[in-house]
Amino acid sequence: MKFAYYPGCSADGSGIEYGMSMERTAKILGFELQELEDWNCCGATSGHNTDKLLSLALPARNLAIAEKTGMSMMTPCAACYSRHRHAEHAIQHDPEMKKKIEQVLDMELQGTSETVSILDILAHKIGADEIAAKVKNPLTTMKAACYYGCLLVRPVEHTGFDDAEDPQTMDVVMKALGADAIDWSHKTECCGAAMVTSRPDVGNPMLYRVLKDAKESGAECIVTACPLCMLNLDMRQAGIEKKFKEKFNMPIYYVTELLAIACGDEQKTVGIEKHFVEAGKYLQTVKVRAAEAKVAAEKAAAEAAAKAKEKAEAVARAKAAGKTADKPKEEAAAEPDQKKIEAFKTALTKNPDKMVAKLVDDPARAEILATTLDEKRIAKLAQLMAADMEKAKKAADAFVTAELKKQGDCQD
Amino acid sequence: MDLAIKLSPATEDQKKLLAKVEKEAGTSVNLCYQCGKCTAGCPAAFAMDYPPRQVIRLLQLGLIERALQAESIWICASCETCSARCPRGVDIASLMDAMRRQALQQGKVDKKVAAFNKAFLFNIKNFGRAFEAGLLLQYNLTTGQPFKDMELGLPMMTRGKVGILPERIKGRDEVKKIFERAEKLGGAE
Repeated sequence: MKFAYYPGCSADGSGIEYGMSMERTAKILGFELQELEDWNCCGATSGHNTDKLLSLALPARNLAIAEKTGMSMMTPCAACYSRHRHAEHAIQHDPEMKKKIEQVLDMELQGTSETVSILDILAHKIGADEIAAKVKNPLTTMKAACYYGCLLVRPVEHTGFDDAEDPQTMDVVMKALGADAIDWSHKTECCGAAMVTSRPDVGNPMLYRVLKDAKESGAECIVTACPLCMLNLDMRQAGIEKKFKEKFNMPIYYVTELLAIACGDEQKTVGIEKHFVEAGKYLQTVKVRAAEAKVAAEKAAAEAAAKAKEKAEAVARAKAAGKTADKPKEEAAAEPDQKKIEAFKTALTKNPDKMVAKLVDDPARAEILATTLDEKRIAKLAQLMAADMEKAKKAADAFVTAELKKQGDCQD
Repeated sequence: MDLAIKLSPATEDQKKLLAKVEKEAGTSVNLCYQCGKCTAGCPAAFAMDYPPRQVIRLLQLGLIERALQAESIWICASCETCSARCPRGVDIASLMDAMRRQALQQGKVDKKVAAFNKAFLFNIKNFGRAFEAGLLLQYNLTTGQPFKDMELGLPMMTRGKVGILPERIKGRDEVKKIFERAEKLGGAE
């Protein structure tokens, strides 16, 4: 698999870790990235805020170069992705606009380019199974809020590789890496990255809400696939904590960083130490917890296996013994039930209403039984419940009928 | 209280302007039945003078000048939640976009946002790529707030996240021509 690679202006600047980890991700998963020759900036938000034709023509120059390579073009940045998809959409669906763009570029466009996001590649073109197969240090016990933000999933007619309200591609990747992808409500809410520079009064509350919801939903870190979200959530987090007087200490990761680390990379290889919010310690914590979870899981598995073996041996012994005498066989079968019977006895004594309700459906009849339980009946019911629930129900029913009859007799 | 709007029929100029904005946005405001779903989901509505639904209503009533003067169009973060959720298929985000450009042409503009955009595009026009450090510096200087975000500058450098010089692409002239031709062709049409 080979892609034309459009790194975007942040990949060796503010989003340097994204660039580093993207290269590692490609290498680990075995796809090739060939940087697009002499690419230009897509114009981002400033472009479409200023001039529509310009905002389509700037990415169209890159698309023209990409379509000559015959490869799909992958861009890690959500904003670059969005702008190129917009231009692609116009070129393919608006002949009048296509003509104008061609005039501005002074070249003809085939309209055959295809811009793809890294999430699309990971979840659909490679797939969770193949990713999981490459994992060496699973991120077991990591509680990750997968954050898609706005431009990766909207507008649907331009993106369309995932659900716009509850996208799953990143969740699928994180689960393949062994992490827990928590459910939360700000998955696709805008973090306000476009606003924090020019209108911090608008951008800051937007950012605060994303961080707060992640924390309240039980996330221990946020995962992103957008360098603008990263810059905003990571670099500006300390400022938000100060402004809103609330500590988050929420490490932010690129999905590609976590993929590389789960597949055996060192933190330094993907630039974890370059983050603003300390992000290395949490990865260490996850490593320790994952190791503990592994030991616990192995121990539980060993215990279960031992138990199964013991049981099988007991059955074998009982079978062998059963040929000579019936008695030991009964003992072997009755042995574990004694505990159950005791448990049912206690429950019936302490919590008669609740337990009786399990045996008698009709509430009125259940009440009669609950108020007339004595030691003898409890013993009988407990024994039956441990052995066969159906029989216990029948017995309970019989007790009620007998009780009713008794009461009726008295009235007569 | 000046809540009521005295309506008079939209003038020809207003109708023309609205038609232009709608065409550029590729959508029609008459589709909107004012359910308010756009406003409900808008993450920036809290800061707006007219929330998205009301902006659309202004346009429906032909009060396009008032809509163009609304602070809302500069508060919109272009996150597209409104367009994605509109049950009538109105592309509100695209309308906001078209209105920003229209307001820019008329000089009705949030100065800071416009300064940021100008600085950003200046970079691309001259180097072919955005130059983050130069961009922020230029923006801060032109808006008279030279020390804004200064506490973030040094840590950015020590982390190797800021280039000292802009990257220049070979096709700089090509890109410059794209800017010139787009302007000449009246990109806002």
